[in-house]
Amino acid sequence: MQLTVWTYEGPPHVGAMRVATGMEQLHYVLHAPQGDTYADLLFTMIERRNKRPPVTYTTFAARDLGKDTAELFMSAARNAYARFKPQAMIVGASCTGSLIQDDPGGLAKSLGFSIPVIPIDLPAYQRKENWGASETFYQLVRAIAGPKAPPPGTKRAERAPGQRAKCNLLGPTALGFRHRDDITEITKLLGQLGIDVNVVAPMGATPADLTRLGEADFNVVLYPEVASQAASWLQRIFHQPFTKTIPIGVSATREFVREVAGLAGVDPEPMLAAASTRLPWYSHSVDSTYLTNKRVFIFGDATHAIASARIASEELGFKVVGLGTYSREFGRDVREAAAKYGVEALITDDYLEVEAKVAELHPELVLGTQMERHIAKRLGVPCAVISAPVHVQDFPARYAPQMGFEGANVIFDTWVHPLMMGLEEHLLAMFKDDFEFKDGALPSHLGTGHAPASAPAVAEVAVALPQSAPVLDGAASEPAPTTPAPTGAVWAPEAEKELLKIPFFVRGKARRNTERFANENGVATITVETLYDAKAHFAR
Amino acid sequence: MNARAEGCTAAPDPSSRVVRHERGQHEVFCGLTGIVWLHRKIQDAFFLVVGSRTCAHLIQSAAGVMIFAEPRFGTAIMEEKDLAGLTDANDELDRIVTQLIARRPDIKLLFLVGSCPSEVIKLDLSRAALRLSQRFSPAVRVLSYSGSGLETTFTQGEDACLASLVPVLPASTGTEASLLVVGSLADVVEDQFIRLFDGLGIGSVQFFPPRNSGSMPSVGPNTKFLLAQPFLPDTARELEHRGAKRLAAPFPLGVEGTTGWLRAAANAFGVDEALFDKVTQPARVRAERALDKFRKELSGRRLFFFPDSQLEIPLARFLSRELSMELVEVGTPYLHREHLAEELKLLPADAAITEGQDVDLQLDRCREARPDIVVCGLGLANPLEAEGMTTKWAIELVFTPIQGYDQASDLAELFARPLVRRAKLVA
Repeated sequence: MQLTVWTYEGPPHVGAMRVATGMEQLHYVLHAPQGDTYADLLFTMIERRNKRPPVTYTTFAARDLGKDTAELFMSAARNAYARFKPQAMIVGASCTGSLIQDDPGGLAKSLGFSIPVIPIDLPAYQRKENWGASETFYQLVRAIAGPKAPPPGTKRAERAPGQRAKCNLLGPTALGFRHRDDITEITKLLGQLGIDVNVVAPMGATPADLTRLGEADFNVVLYPEVASQAASWLQRIFHQPFTKTIPIGVSATREFVREVAGLAGVDPEPMLAAASTRLPWYSHSVDSTYLTNKRVFIFGDATHAIASARIASEELGFKVVGLGTYSREFGRDVREAAAKYGVEALITDDYLEVEAKVAELHPELVLGTQMERHIAKRLGVPCAVISAPVHVQDFPARYAPQMGFEGANVIFDTWVHPLMMGLEEHLLAMFKDDFEFKDGALPSHLGTGHAPASAPAVAEVAVALPQSAPVLDGAASEPAPTTPAPTGAVWAPEAEKELLKIPFFVRGKARRNTERFANENGVATITVETLYDAKAHFAR
Repeated sequence: MNARAEGCTAAPDPSSRVVRHERGQHEVFCGLTGIVWLHRKIQDAFFLVVGSRTCAHLIQSAAGVMIFAEPRFGTAIMEEKDLAGLTDANDELDRIVTQLIARRPDIKLLFLVGSCPSEVIKLDLSRAALRLSQRFSPAVRVLSYSGSGLETTFTQGEDACLASLVPVLPASTGTEASLLVVGSLADVVEDQFIRLFDGLGIGSVQFFPPRNSGSMPSVGPNTKFLLAQPFLPDTARELEHRGAKRLAAPFPLGVEGTTGWLRAAANAFGVDEALFDKVTQPARVRAERALDKFRKELSGRRLFFFPDSQLEIPLARFLSRELSMELVEVGTPYLHREHLAEELKLLPADAAITEGQDVDLQLDRCREARPDIVVCGLGLANPLEAEGMTTKWAIELVFTPIQGYDQASDLAELFARPLVRRAKLVA
């Protein structure tokens, strides 16, 4: 068993629902107990969809367990088929459904529907949501596009001269972080290169559309967590190459443009020359100088975490002090990326471990998921969301892609917004006793005024307490107890006072560095001198 | 559930009305959802669900953005090795509980909450609770109940939780009759009721659940209890086992319901009619006046309830009798005829009641009837709005102070607001 406070991913059948709900004319019959219909509101409320997800649940209850739950499943499937008349159906079980072993796949086959019925086996006690989405999409593609596969050994026909190249966009699903606008942005970008989009899947595709996947020249994989398994299969069976670059960030988008242009046999340079994005100029303008080496912690799904680290480091000039993911399937990629920034990757789905890491590293900005917002709020650190899981505010009404050149503009604004603006930062360092703009106050452009008086204490103590976070809710807003530093060195009162003169958002880091310095140099009492010795020692 | 048989046999005449029973896809929450409000009500309790990732995901989704600090609930997620019997589930549970209590030493009461998976593999949580209680006594008391979807629908999770607490409530020693109010109420509502009972001279009033585990009410043969919520049959039965007597009453929704509810207590405690009128009259008049504002908006409007919380019948009674709304269909996940007898007497004779659900068929009936307002869960609300229907999402009724005189107009406003909004929006 694993103790879980927050979970980064839902169970795998939620991944299957994301595929089914993203698609049209596909129905999902799910063998699940009463109550599992909660998943509907992920789509109707968080994503604000205006239709019920195309999912029929058997919703069995205790009294059904003594009877024939298999018959219950069959009647649910029969009714769903008659009522919704889908082009294809997927069938499977939720975690409890799988324990009662009714074999939805076999049962559905025996009903003799005249449409493809695809069983989706999801090991609910081993795998999670993204794996479920990937597996479902892969099984669908295999079952529906498979019959159109060319005989083994045949080569792909050359495209007729003068005919525009065609590609599929693979990976976007329902409940994906900014998938809606990423599709628009990438479709536009491909259009400027003279490349047509054949099928976007799963989002917006019907099963009939999936039969046409083989007609494209290559595949664009936007979200490897969902689509890389299907894309690999399409490459093997239909000889379609697929893209490896994820177009999040300016450099990555440029690389992506060159990669697709190569696959399509077109010249990318005119398009790149004409492309406009404001991020590079905004980031070069002197107003952004104070962003240099801001210490940032990044966590999310592997795709967004890796892309964000690159933007943070190369395009905004931050210093990446931590990088991690909950996508274990892509742990190797994240480890490789982390090595580039000289940090050790944090591969975990344990929220408490992430929290401890953030507390230990003392970043000035956290880029993460909805869960990291919880952590950052508790520790008083600015935060922006870069990856699912996200809540309703990250399914915005406005156009808000992460991908392509407009995505880079959105990212610049989103990530810089939570940071205190330059002038205010300077003034706070100069004048500590202002009654209004005081130490630890929230940036005044965020409008909410002042942080609770105890915020500095909470953030600082967190260094010493990575394992024992404050307890009951109320405790978070009470002054945290002053716990002795986990070192041999003791702070002299003047040094403690001097420490308070260091700006709030870097103070925790300064405290930790000073203590480390004292320990390494055998200093028993930390004085003002020790503080400045350490500052000189660690000067960047 | 055995409460069903008990309810039917005892049915008095007014409640023998025709009820449609439906069985099919239920679009409802499971009992785990009760944790979302119970963890705030009993402030030093922690709710540990023993279940799957789905259970953890459910509570997290239901709690939504509400909780940004560390919540007082969590899930022990069962893994492959727990199911395969490779590890002893009881040892694992002990390890997790030890870890949890070390992390949060302020916990006084720990509920092990059963789920569908733990139920299907027959993990005996009541024995685990006994074992852990002995180990952590006296600092922490460990109890267990089931919030699984197999056994409970939404608010029935509160029933299961409270029923698990009843056997450990202290025995009352006095000989004088005392009043126990049963069911989670908002703090402000509790305080209002305390003032009213005081005015009536019913001094010894306790509330269950209490605000923390240190102030558990006592119970015994001298205890008379009033249900404040309609979804508590198991809790009531446990209280009756301890000798307490239930006072039959409608539920305290609206002026009429609140008056009937208070009167049941007044009669049981021999409060004379003149005093009752003197104490309740000002509040009744004030509530009636506040309701007037909404009568014009709501009167004659046709109302359709999908099943959700078991509050549907008392709500339908209030909306039809005090605001002249018309009832198209009143769905309830489960109908306890005995506890709802006073409500059923008041409900219009022609109201169509449905117990259980087949959501597709119910949606067909709803579309056919085109009601003015549909009360339903969040999975249905936006899709129905998109079809041009006005909806009121039902869960809010569980999270808002709606009981008592001074909340009657707030309750009416919850139903008026979506209609006003639809009328206001031009685009």
